[in-house]
Amino acid sequence: MKKLLMTAAMAAVALGLGSTASLAEAYKACWIYVGPVGDGGWSFQHDEGRKAVVAELGDRVETVFVENVAEADSDRTIERLARDGCKMIFTTSFGFMEPTLKVAAKFPDVKFEHATGYKTAPNVTTYNSKFHEGRYVIGQIAAKMSKTGTAGYIVSFPIPEVVSGINAFMLGAQTVNPDFKVKIVWANTWFDPGKEADAAKVLLSQGADILVQHTDSTAPLQIAQEQGKLGFGQASDMMAFAPKAQLTAIVDSWGPYYVKRVKAGMDGTWTSQQSWDGMAEGAVTMAPYANMPDDVVKMATETQAAITAGTLHPFTGPITKQDGTVAGEAGKPLPDGDILGMNWYVKGVDDKLPQ
Amino acid sequence: MDQSLAVLLTIITAATPLLIAAMGELVVERSGVLNLGVEGMMVMGAVAGFAVAFLTGSTLLGVVAAIFAGIAMSALFGLLTLTLVANQVAAGLALTLLGLGLSGLIGEPFVGQPGVKMPTLFGIDALVPFSFLLTAGVAYVLFKTKIGLVIRAVGNSHNSAHALGYRVIALRYLSVMFGGACAGLAGGYLSLAYTPQWIENMTAGRGWIALALVVFASWRPLRTLVGAYLFGAVSILGFVVQSMGLGIPSQFLSALPYIVTIIALVIISGNKRLTQANTPACLAQSFVPDR
Repeated sequence: MKKLLMTAAMAAVALGLGSTASLAEAYKACWIYVGPVGDGGWSFQHDEGRKAVVAELGDRVETVFVENVAEADSDRTIERLARDGCKMIFTTSFGFMEPTLKVAAKFPDVKFEHATGYKTAPNVTTYNSKFHEGRYVIGQIAAKMSKTGTAGYIVSFPIPEVVSGINAFMLGAQTVNPDFKVKIVWANTWFDPGKEADAAKVLLSQGADILVQHTDSTAPLQIAQEQGKLGFGQASDMMAFAPKAQLTAIVDSWGPYYVKRVKAGMDGTWTSQQSWDGMAEGAVTMAPYANMPDDVVKMATETQAAITAGTLHPFTGPITKQDGTVAGEAGKPLPDGDILGMNWYVKGVDDKLPQ
Repeated sequence: MDQSLAVLLTIITAATPLLIAAMGELVVERSGVLNLGVEGMMVMGAVAGFAVAFLTGSTLLGVVAAIFAGIAMSALFGLLTLTLVANQVAAGLALTLLGLGLSGLIGEPFVGQPGVKMPTLFGIDALVPFSFLLTAGVAYVLFKTKIGLVIRAVGNSHNSAHALGYRVIALRYLSVMFGGACAGLAGGYLSLAYTPQWIENMTAGRGWIALALVVFASWRPLRTLVGAYLFGAVSILGFVVQSMGLGIPSQFLSALPYIVTIIALVIISGNKRLTQANTPACLAQSFVPDR
């Protein structure tokens, strides 16, 4: 509905401009989101990034977005955007990977940008953020703040991004408390507030006193707030929903990247690449630390600064895996490829990874 | 809080919206109308309930608004299918799409606003006992009163009911609007009690589950209650099993509520003759009085 209104408004603008002068045609950049823009999390942050592009480039750019696109049925939507004259299409969920590549093969002149995937093509770039950097920080905070020594972790799907998040969280927590435990519940959805709330309640009833989520709604934090427990926001600062429960949030900031890529598309310098920005590039930021004593704030701030400066890498070898084998060389960070394709747990995670 | 009690409370909150929505749809289908728009009416109830509770600070007014939003949506459905004799399946699907889109538009200013939570007593809100009363009430009215008999008659043979002088269209309007009120209330339960916030698409398919429950419960209120609680219990116990780290594939546990509910209700309604006797014969058929 919103999209319809927006398209109509844009058409009106385009007509108005067309009649006055033959201005240079606006560069059309398009986005598809897996959830509603109003999810207050993942898709919301991508839309903030889109708005940053509009703010920066003004009427030199025309943006269109389609929200709530089911991953399994996304080819049609991507193809329609390509046919509608989008010059650059951002597909912002892991599950859009194959459909994006399929459509990209049919439209060699359109630039495609796929978030969180790993397959590229001459006209397909992948981009992602080093969310695990933030997860390392919240792991340390969780281990400091938990009284039971157990966190409850609500996750969506067993993809590398999520798995490396769990591992980074545990590695961070283990620096504070080597015996820290995490209970993991797979919700098998990115977005279902009711289900996420159910999972949160179950985890709290099973002895966890801190909630971590890798699903997109604010429901788990609300449950933490209700029950006087603590938690972390996901993708977006969720403080308004849980002023007494949110310790911090890993905030995705896509704006700088989107502006950079759309500009590259406009001036013809766009090339296919695999972009992976983190705290250093400002793509991953932390919401203000709250509800914790000063010494924990200090620790978190220092860790964040060290990661930003590049002196601390969450996945520094040797890392003992769940099965007892060792990954990485001593003192060296794991290669990017190992993190982007991570399909194993570190020691201490009490869960069997769904295959 | 005691561990198993906490799990039980979680099961209750998961089952209650399904039960309320399904109970409404059961009456609608018993009157011979198939309204596939439960999801759309629910989501409208969720947004209306949240908006009013947020603006007034009263969850009671929120609940009332949710009910009226559901009624308004169902009245639109009634207008299309009963008065204008449109296809019920198509109109129901359209109602769902309309509800999802319209609620997103109405709800935009409320995204990211923390809501007001319905007060609870020992972790139970007022709508939980209400959902049991609703089940008992529907069972009593449908099977023990004259109006219930007439509603079922309209659903089984609208021509005969019409010939006997019953006002088929008016009764169907009432049933459809009762279904709308229940669906709206179920939606309001989501945004006021379950997860007190408004997010687009927050019903996440619960309307469809409610619809399926009605069919698998072979249009019997008590079986619908069993189905809703079974569904809620298996979904929540799936999370409990996962959090124990037993290594059972989570995808299997996610699918389990559907599998178990279907199997259980198929077994309950195993008697074919009884099932046929319960299926409204005129379900989804339009009624045009011949004179």
